[in-house]
Amino acid sequence: MLNRRVRLQPLVLFALILGLLLSSSFVVAQEGRVIKIASQSPLSGGQSAVGVGIRNGVELAIQQLGGNLRDMGFQIQYVPYDDQASPDVGVANAQQIVADPEILAVIGHYNTGVAIPSSEVYNQNQLLMVSPANTGPAVTDRGLPIVNRVVGRDDLQGPTGAQFAASLEDVETVWVLHDTTAYGQGVAEFFRQEAEAQGLVVLGFEGTEERANFDGIIQPILALAPDLIYFGGIYDQVGIFISQARAAGYEGYFMGPDGIDSPDLAELAGEAVVGTYYTTVAGPASIYPNAAQFIEDYTEAYGEPPTPFAAQAYDSAAIVLAALERAIEANGGELPTREQLAAEARATENYEGLTGTITFDDNGDPEYSNYYVLQVVSADPAQWSSNTVISTIQIPSPLKAQELAAEGEATAEATPES
Amino acid sequence: MATVTSAAQQPIRALRNWAARPAVATALILLYLAVVLLVLRGLDRRHLWFPTFSTLAFPAFVLSPFIVMSAPISRRLKTILIGGLILIAMPLVGIYDTSYLELAIQICIFTGLALGLNIVVGFAGLLDLGYIAFFAVGAYLWAMFTSQAPTVINISGLLVPAWTFPIFLIIGVGIAAVTGILLGLPVLRLRGDYLAIVTLGFGEMIRVLARNLDQPINFTNGAQGLHNVSPPPIPEIWTSFTSSTANLMGISLANVTPVAQQLLFYFVGVLIVAIVVVVARRLDDSPIGRAWTAIREDEVAAIAMGVPLVKMKLLAFAAGASFAGAIGVLYAAKQTFVSPESFSLIQSISILAMVIVGGLGGIRGVMLGAAVVTLLNLQVLKNMSLQLNALRQMDFVIFGFHVQNWPTQLEPAKYERLVFGLLLIIMMIFRPTGILPEPRRRIELQHDDVVTDEDDVSPAPGPMVGAN
Amino acid sequence: MASVSRGLAAPSWSLRLPPAVRWVYDYLLYPIGQMLVFIIGAAVVLTLLAYLLAALVPEPRPNIILADQISRQLPGMIISGISIGFVYAMIALGYTLVYGVLKFINFAHSEIFMVGSVVGFEIMRRIADSGTLQQWNPVVLIVTVVLVSMLVSGLLAVLIERIAYRPLRGAPRLVPLISAIGISFFLIDFVRATEAITRNDFNLRYPTDQLPWLTQSVALQFGTTTVNVKPTSFIVVGGAVLTLLALNYFVNGTKLGRGIRAVAQDQTTAALMGINVNFMISLTFFVGGAFGGAAGSLFGMNVGTVTPYVGFIPGIKAFTAAVLGGIGNITGALLGGLTLGLVEAFLNGVLVYFPALGQRYTDIFAFSVLILILIFRPSGLLGERVDEKV
Repeated sequence: MLNRRVRLQPLVLFALILGLLLSSSFVVAQEGRVIKIASQSPLSGGQSAVGVGIRNGVELAIQQLGGNLRDMGFQIQYVPYDDQASPDVGVANAQQIVADPEILAVIGHYNTGVAIPSSEVYNQNQLLMVSPANTGPAVTDRGLPIVNRVVGRDDLQGPTGAQFAASLEDVETVWVLHDTTAYGQGVAEFFRQEAEAQGLVVLGFEGTEERANFDGIIQPILALAPDLIYFGGIYDQVGIFISQARAAGYEGYFMGPDGIDSPDLAELAGEAVVGTYYTTVAGPASIYPNAAQFIEDYTEAYGEPPTPFAAQAYDSAAIVLAALERAIEANGGELPTREQLAAEARATENYEGLTGTITFDDNGDPEYSNYYVLQVVSADPAQWSSNTVISTIQIPSPLKAQELAAEGEATAEATPES
Repeated sequence: MATVTSAAQQPIRALRNWAARPAVATALILLYLAVVLLVLRGLDRRHLWFPTFSTLAFPAFVLSPFIVMSAPISRRLKTILIGGLILIAMPLVGIYDTSYLELAIQICIFTGLALGLNIVVGFAGLLDLGYIAFFAVGAYLWAMFTSQAPTVINISGLLVPAWTFPIFLIIGVGIAAVTGILLGLPVLRLRGDYLAIVTLGFGEMIRVLARNLDQPINFTNGAQGLHNVSPPPIPEIWTSFTSSTANLMGISLANVTPVAQQLLFYFVGVLIVAIVVVVARRLDDSPIGRAWTAIREDEVAAIAMGVPLVKMKLLAFAAGASFAGAIGVLYAAKQTFVSPESFSLIQSISILAMVIVGGLGGIRGVMLGAAVVTLLNLQVLKNMSLQLNALRQMDFVIFGFHVQNWPTQLEPAKYERLVFGLLLIIMMIFRPTGILPEPRRRIELQHDDVVTDEDDVSPAPGPMVGAN
Repeated sequence: MASVSRGLAAPSWSLRLPPAVRWVYDYLLYPIGQMLVFIIGAAVVLTLLAYLLAALVPEPRPNIILADQISRQLPGMIISGISIGFVYAMIALGYTLVYGVLKFINFAHSEIFMVGSVVGFEIMRRIADSGTLQQWNPVVLIVTVVLVSMLVSGLLAVLIERIAYRPLRGAPRLVPLISAIGISFFLIDFVRATEAITRNDFNLRYPTDQLPWLTQSVALQFGTTTVNVKPTSFIVVGGAVLTLLALNYFVNGTKLGRGIRAVAQDQTTAALMGINVNFMISLTFFVGGAFGGAAGSLFGMNVGTVTPYVGFIPGIKAFTAAVLGGIGNITGALLGGLTLGLVEAFLNGVLVYFPALGQRYTDIFAFSVLILILIFRPSGLLGERVDEKV
């Protein structure tokens, strides 16, 4: 019993010291109203190359474009969260993010499978989310008022890939793999549907979680020798697969969606990567006419050229900042509520970003987005941004397409009358 | 030498005696609580070092019931203080800053899980490394019947309304208990290492099944997880109660519903933990508990004494599992999202770490362990990441090191394995009985200094004393 | 008690043979023959089962004749099964050796394997960074990489035993088991942190693509089908066979090996006979760890990229292999590893044609085997009944 009594003392002392320590903190607390912007992307683990690029893009945007808000008397803080590319961690972070009343917007995520459940949490708390990289249709198709994205969609990206594959002369049969996540499986399904519609023979459709030894998975592929392997997944898995499949004697083409768009793919796949095709919703930064300054600033700040989706992250943050400015003005110089900000962001119209002009449709998709087909030219990761752009197509979002079709009908109906 | 020590100890002893006086102790405790609450109230989110301060202050608050419990004050005062802390202070702190409420719910969830695992490992001595599977069963139960994901249950219109939540808590208990028995039956003969590895295999299999059962028939929506899981409905009166409480505190909640929701989950969590504590304590003191102890100490001797081995082992599995099932239902409703990755081996190990750190077999110790490990994992590590990021953006320099150059892969939030691993090793080597050892176990788990052969047949006095 | 004592070596032989012939027979012919028997036996049984399935379900998917596919894939499946099977076997040996001596499952062994693969990466990466990779003789390079990772992993295993297991000897069984789990978790993040600080990288890629002789696949002709085999598969198999032969010689042909066997049989008596029990236990950990390390670097070379998390799955599969063969039994580990590797390769090759299931169900198989064997025949294929003393 005596033993226990002793334990009390240090704790009380600890609390007193803590109190003293903290009371000093009240004195130095910073003045001014604070706005926090959070981001969620994989900062550690196998997919960190792109995730860190997203964080850097947001950080740069807040540094460069936050001036107006600072002049209005607000302090902007940036809180990057690491979602570890895991839905579980993403949701746990989201719970923490919404609990911080000063966070008014989130830029994220990288993985569709993480974005969908996390955005449900944001939605319950009316917290604005602008996604720089999620392409899964379900991200916006749920019609949540808070979810927006600056990139295209997998139900258009997958078919773009399939059409390109069908246009290759020596491709008649394909093998489709995916990583069983919402993103990989989704885009692979869209690819398969369009490939079949284009008259390609889909020899196999397999999901795999394997990350190290693909030997057993490759054997049936070798036996059927498809002309092209489409892997709906992320580069940290696809890169290893490409290297092993080539070493095992596979001679056809490799193709993948924007998930494999990362210099780390070249790092992981080695020489075998050369010639790989990929579709993406984010062209290399150098393709955008407005991005020259961004590339320079980014390279200076972070010591490497911007990774894919860094420019998109920059644009996402810029859209949030612009919406904040408008919302504050509308609110008479006071902080807007999360709800007001989300509505203001959705109303974004003709925003001139690095990656194009962005207007959100009613679901939060950009009305028009570009879909690129690229080919890897070198096994050197540093050369990633010089991959050849084979084709660029601009496609309207489904809602915009409906609108256009309705307009078309309207004009078609109107014409005979006039 | 001796005189020097005693001379140095003199004032300490005096201080100790002084602090042990009931009046002084009560005053000290109240002072402590007041300081902690004031600090929590005064923390400024905008401050550069906020993550660090909050990491110091909130654990100090969470640990306060345990401090009160071990203080030399009257029983009645203890009850009042602990009740007040859990039922009044915590909700108020939570309304003031909802991130603490979130942590408090997580602590409730893990405390419940740790207490459940403690029945299996601590009471009956059956090392279960797949305990998280029962949690998964509960979580998937509620998620499958309420998720908007395109599962077979959703498509065939079998979704249940959200008000059935309390009923599902009970169904969760039942289903998890049945799963526990189903797992228990085949492994009855196994002991020690073998049992551990088979349960690990079971745990992984449940996870892999959850991950793959979107094909051929979609039950679990596979790796994508079940999203849009319904939380239970909140009564109108509860919402208005929450907002008026907040108003009383001088806070205007912009969005009452999520806070009211979290608050409701907190109270449901506390209720479940309370039930678990009562049941566990009653079980431990009952003939069943003594039978478990006997099995844990020596299976053969237990059989010889007439302990019904099969029944008792199955009961241990079922009892442990049933708690996890109910908590799983709560977790799914709170998280509104369930995916297979939430139920990986690391979760089983983290719960095991809670039980070990706190003190195998003891209820109070296990609760303390759960609180400490959950805080470490969800608050301390995460806040270290946030603190680093805050410093990084300031281009903070510490001892000539630019925080900006901190490698991104060294994100502290991701190093929970390091923490669990070190905790387990250190506890096993230096204090296998845990922070608050259960008296019976304390005797048993003390090492024999003599190196005996591998089957540890040494007639240590411990077990016999422990068998009561 | 099933134990290390029955290694790969031939049973005692009454025929009088010249010592040299005897040596060749005991340490070369017999173990190699045993491996061949295991491989051929498992392959034949699995092939028959596959064709049986093909007879039952001739066309699981339109335009896919299962029997034809199996015939076409057969050599490839067998080769990939053997190469991963040897990796499993080598890891399984680590579990089995330690179990044989201490009756204790070394949970941290899968991370010793992981450390081996990371060490292999570090060496090759460093050589490549210095720009001299192409100048190395292939054999010397591989031997260096494998030997260094064996050494590091072996020493690590000894260190783990000293820090986390030895102080707990004599404590209740749960105690060292839990500390082993702790070690395993700690090692994963320790390696992760080390690589984070030194390279800020998570995926660790062997610079194999700089070596043409490692990336050019070898075309083998089997009747009408040509099979391209990765050169690393040959390295894995060759390396595994050589190290297994060395282990066999060590355990059965040397004094130290006899010491280990003695300790495995009875520690007290061994101590009375003047054997340093603690040294023998350390030695066992070293040998087991070294095998884990060798398996790790060979596996790393074969797959190209490793991460700090690479150990768990092969580790649990190798444990399954050890249990399948009969834990504590060296021959059993070999049989279990090869069987499991081949079974997985066949499952991968066949399940792919069943759209409702697919290859993703392959992994469930390993766990099911583990559980079923532990429940119905805990002694494994070759083990004796393991009754726990009380």
